[in-house]
Amino acid sequence: MSLDQKTIEETISDLPLPQRVINNLMTELKTTKVTKKQLDDIITRTLAVYDYSRIEAGEAAGVVSAQSIGEPGTQMTMRTFHYAGVAEINVTLGLPRLIEIVDARKNPSTPMLTIFLEKDYAFDRDKARELAWKIEATNISVLGSMSTDIVEMKVIVELNRKAVAQRNMTAKEIAKKINEELAVFVEVSGDNLIMKPEKPSYRELLQLVKNVQSIILKGIKGIKRVVIRKEESGEYVLYTEGSVLKEVLAIEGVDPTRTRTNNINEIFDVMGIEAARASLIHEATETLREQGLTVDVRHIMLVADIMTVDGDVKPIGRHGISGEKASVLARAAFEVTVSHLLDSGLSGDIDELRGVTENVIVGQPIRLGTGNVKLIAKKQA
Amino acid sequence: MVIAAPKRIKQIKFGLISPKEFRKMSVTRVITADTYDDDGFPIEMGLMDTRLGVIDPGLRCKTCGGRAGECPGHFGHIELVAPVIHVGFAKLIRKVLRATCRTCGALLLTIDQKKKYVEQIKTLRRMGQPIEEIVTEVFKEARKAGTCQYCGEVQQEIKFEKPTTYVENEHKLMPTDIRARLEKMTDEDIEVIGMDPHNARPEWIILTVLPVPPVTMRPSITLESGQRSEDDLTHKLVDIIRINQRFQENREAGAPQLIIEDLWELLQYHVTTFIDNAVSGVPPARHRSGRPLKTLSQRLKGKEGRFRGSLSGKRVNFSARTVISPDPNLRIFEVGVPLEIAKELTITLNVTPRNIDEVKEYVRRGPENHPGANYIVRADGRRVKITDKNSTEMADLVELGWKVDRQIKDKDVVLFNRQPSLHRMSIMAHEIKVLPNKTFRLNPAVCPPYNADFDGDEMNMHIPQTEEARAEAKILMHVAENILSPRFGGPIIGGIHDHISGLFLLTNSKDKINKVDALELLAKSEIRELPEPAGKENKRPYWTGKQIFSQILPKGLNLEFKAEICEQCDICKGVDCEHDAYVVIKDGVLETGSIDEKAIGAFKSVILDKLMKEFNPQIACKFIDDATRLSIRGIMRKGFSFGMDDEYIPPEAQNHINEELDKAGDKVEKLIAAYKAGELEQLPGRTINETLEMEIMKELSKARDSTGDIAGRHLGMDNSAVIMAKSGARGSMLNLTQMAACVGQQAVRGERIKRGYAGRTLPHFDRGDLGSQAHGFVRASYKSGLSPTEYFFHAIGGREGLVDTAVRTSQSGYLQRRLVNALQDLEVQFDGTVRDTRKMIIQFKYGEDGINPMNSDFSKPDAVKRIIKSVTGKVKE
Repeated sequence: MSLDQKTIEETISDLPLPQRVINNLMTELKTTKVTKKQLDDIITRTLAVYDYSRIEAGEAAGVVSAQSIGEPGTQMTMRTFHYAGVAEINVTLGLPRLIEIVDARKNPSTPMLTIFLEKDYAFDRDKARELAWKIEATNISVLGSMSTDIVEMKVIVELNRKAVAQRNMTAKEIAKKINEELAVFVEVSGDNLIMKPEKPSYRELLQLVKNVQSIILKGIKGIKRVVIRKEESGEYVLYTEGSVLKEVLAIEGVDPTRTRTNNINEIFDVMGIEAARASLIHEATETLREQGLTVDVRHIMLVADIMTVDGDVKPIGRHGISGEKASVLARAAFEVTVSHLLDSGLSGDIDELRGVTENVIVGQPIRLGTGNVKLIAKKQA
Repeated sequence: MVIAAPKRIKQIKFGLISPKEFRKMSVTRVITADTYDDDGFPIEMGLMDTRLGVIDPGLRCKTCGGRAGECPGHFGHIELVAPVIHVGFAKLIRKVLRATCRTCGALLLTIDQKKKYVEQIKTLRRMGQPIEEIVTEVFKEARKAGTCQYCGEVQQEIKFEKPTTYVENEHKLMPTDIRARLEKMTDEDIEVIGMDPHNARPEWIILTVLPVPPVTMRPSITLESGQRSEDDLTHKLVDIIRINQRFQENREAGAPQLIIEDLWELLQYHVTTFIDNAVSGVPPARHRSGRPLKTLSQRLKGKEGRFRGSLSGKRVNFSARTVISPDPNLRIFEVGVPLEIAKELTITLNVTPRNIDEVKEYVRRGPENHPGANYIVRADGRRVKITDKNSTEMADLVELGWKVDRQIKDKDVVLFNRQPSLHRMSIMAHEIKVLPNKTFRLNPAVCPPYNADFDGDEMNMHIPQTEEARAEAKILMHVAENILSPRFGGPIIGGIHDHISGLFLLTNSKDKINKVDALELLAKSEIRELPEPAGKENKRPYWTGKQIFSQILPKGLNLEFKAEICEQCDICKGVDCEHDAYVVIKDGVLETGSIDEKAIGAFKSVILDKLMKEFNPQIACKFIDDATRLSIRGIMRKGFSFGMDDEYIPPEAQNHINEELDKAGDKVEKLIAAYKAGELEQLPGRTINETLEMEIMKELSKARDSTGDIAGRHLGMDNSAVIMAKSGARGSMLNLTQMAACVGQQAVRGERIKRGYAGRTLPHFDRGDLGSQAHGFVRASYKSGLSPTEYFFHAIGGREGLVDTAVRTSQSGYLQRRLVNALQDLEVQFDGTVRDTRKMIIQFKYGEDGINPMNSDFSKPDAVKRIIKSVTGKVKE
């Protein structure tokens, strides 16, 4: 006689187990029929295994995590660029990327957005393309060719009709945009735009060419390129070179719940610290996985957690966590020894000798793991 | 019994030392720059005064009476004729001068502001947070005030000229002036700028008295010629005293202001370099040979400095280092120690009623008869060396309460380590086995955690000296306890290379093994009984390789998994797999499947993982021992070698390969033609050149792969390289392809080779040649041999690999150091949280579920599935 789903759920949901394990049990038991006795058996064994798997108090979780992430570093490639997922976009990978993540750099070397689309757009190639045009920063050189007429002192832009139409623009719009940005009169004649510099000098002319080229006629500044790719699930996903998350999220058709950037600080600015933590874990896991190295998520979580505990993304290193340690000796032993000592002298700091390095320095057992327990011998009565 | 716990240092307070304190702690004023008199005796009130401590054997310290080695040394002092600035604080002085009134010395902030800042600083201090930001704000705000709120004095612009000059209104501020201003600051104001008025008054950073470090920290060395060579610090102190004296004489003689100022600056220079000899803007003081002196800062800084070199990392006794070599007959937790080393290293035994007879035996054996004893420590603390001659005599003398240094012997627990120690498995506890010859011996199965090989690697051994240390080593660090890696929750110790090939050959073949052979295979595993034979041939019973392997599996082991040789077919045939890649183990019997890397390999072994998690470390250890020994016997039974003949490919296949490569060459030519004609279709977002390069690379790598396939078709499972590659023992099919068929494209930075001569890579090609051969495509195989141009390209590609490794090691080493430094104080608490030293919570529950990654199944949630399966007995996929 097998139990019905409801009783199983009720019995399981109250077990003293982490949610993850309970969910796991639930999904597994949905497809398997069990009797009461079997269920009890499963529960006792699961509890026993969980109890066995639990981490012990006093474990130096930090060092183990640091080593687990650092050790595979030696096996990673240095090759900075690799084509991940999309052949057209270069992404920093391997050890340099891992260093970048841990450093919490403000500007990663290859910022990139992965833009997921909402249902109505995701499976429609034309709509996806349209969105891509909306996002990609477009300047005049994509839309036509520019030439200068030195005799007449004017700049002529020959628009490529196809390219303009593709981006859903008109010559007039372009002319207006240029006019707004540079305050020069733009004459539209057919597919040609003609501009004259304020003063008829050669220098001004060249300057005008430069200025016109720098105008972003359509799209978002900072997104150099958008690539559309059909994923295995059949939906279209946009990948961009350059990342401006805030503006992209505001665009209609973009699914803000799934769209992400590989710039962790940007995620922090736009979506807050919890999202930044999740993004740190995601990026680090992906970097390691791509290199074929398995590292337990819990290690990466701990690193992400210490980087984000006080509501700010702090780098690992002397400008971040190591530089803010309570202990003077620990800071001095890490980097910039002398200035830490001088400063602590001025402010009359007290080193409580609670950490690892401090105690190693003064030569006494560290207060961690087996060093953290005291044994008292009871006299036999 | 009361055991006195060793005293602990509870805290260390930092501060500045006041001139008064300097004089108080000084044992003598130093006035003469000379060190020793003509008899080589230290001069009184000189730099080597015996009151400052002694370094020469025979002399006694005049302050404490200790001999060299006993006396810790004592500070002296030099009275500076005029005050000088401490370079380390030069920037602070600038900030303070700009923030305080030039006449009344008050901090240029309103009382309310001051109150607010002090409050903020106090809160931050209490929370253990850095106060730097507030202090910078204080200085910024105070600098804004043009006139003093308290005395109405108009403030002047103060210019700071590095390293130690301050100019106010074109008028140079002398250290005396600065000191006078700083003296006027009130305790309250000092607190606002983040200083501690009791332990660090700002005027103390202007030095009026210079402490002279004890002789013991600047010992002089006597050269072979009998000449004394003084320490760098002593040299610097000599300079300071000389200038100080000259300054005084000049001043007393009423020398002109110009000369006085010059001397003052010179004194400042010497004191500056005494503190830090690498200040920017100050030429470093040099030795006569031109080498810059190593002064105070230099002693502390950097990797070999006091902090990282001597305090965080210490030298130890009771350690040994030598080359390692393999010995598959050792158990995995053993280490073979050369007899010479075993005779030298000792463990101290306390003589008790329970062990006195045993101890006496050690002493009787003396230092030459291992295991003997090297030293005796008598009850009064006197150490006596045991020699061959006095050993019997000493043995009779041994009393309770004495200590005896016994030589290490078999089964002693020691720590074994190989640098770089990247993870905790780089140091593990082994049990000693004393062996002849001069190398450390270890079972090759423990190479992966140490990342060791036997091409000349050396390893270190340490002998734990206390009972606590030995207990910890045995319980926490023992090899058996470290089979699972906490990185990914799988075994890191396991079979490598021939272990895998051997077991693969044994279990994958249909060999019929007769009784003699079967017993011989299992002899080392101490298995003397065979199961029911698989059948009879010529009336003689025979066994299969799978049966033999099953003998070393523990009873009760049930497993089902896909082996490494699995071809990832679309539909898995399970037990009926034609490659014998589906492994089924029922109650410790291998029913189907082949044993390969997935089964016993380090990092991947499913069997070891199961043994560790559902059985115990001892069983897992025994299994590794048996499996490795069996595999060696197994591989020897068949013989296993690789040579050039194994790369042989029949001529028709070779023709096929050539055709394939010709075709690819043609395609590349076509691409180039299309490119030149401007007909090449550009990839979105790529330049036309990049597109061409990408297309060519794609074409050529496809060609290499197809030649590999052709070669692979002719090299079957009878080829030893194929066996190694497929079973995961060593190498890959790519390696084999390169040897037998085609080496392929050589790349620098992921691109074809472009650099070299103008417009071409080598002078053998035409300028502008874009063809495959001209840019590093190696058509040949290693067997057929490379053409000269190919050889060059191959060397270029190879060089990049070498550079890459060199750069990577230093980068990843630094990453590791930073990570460990940032995370080292985190500990799992009894309430399951993870906290740092301030008891600040980092995680409420470790890893969100409190599970130790070591006990997770290869970091995957498989446990639940397993349990349900074993309870219901249903196989679910």
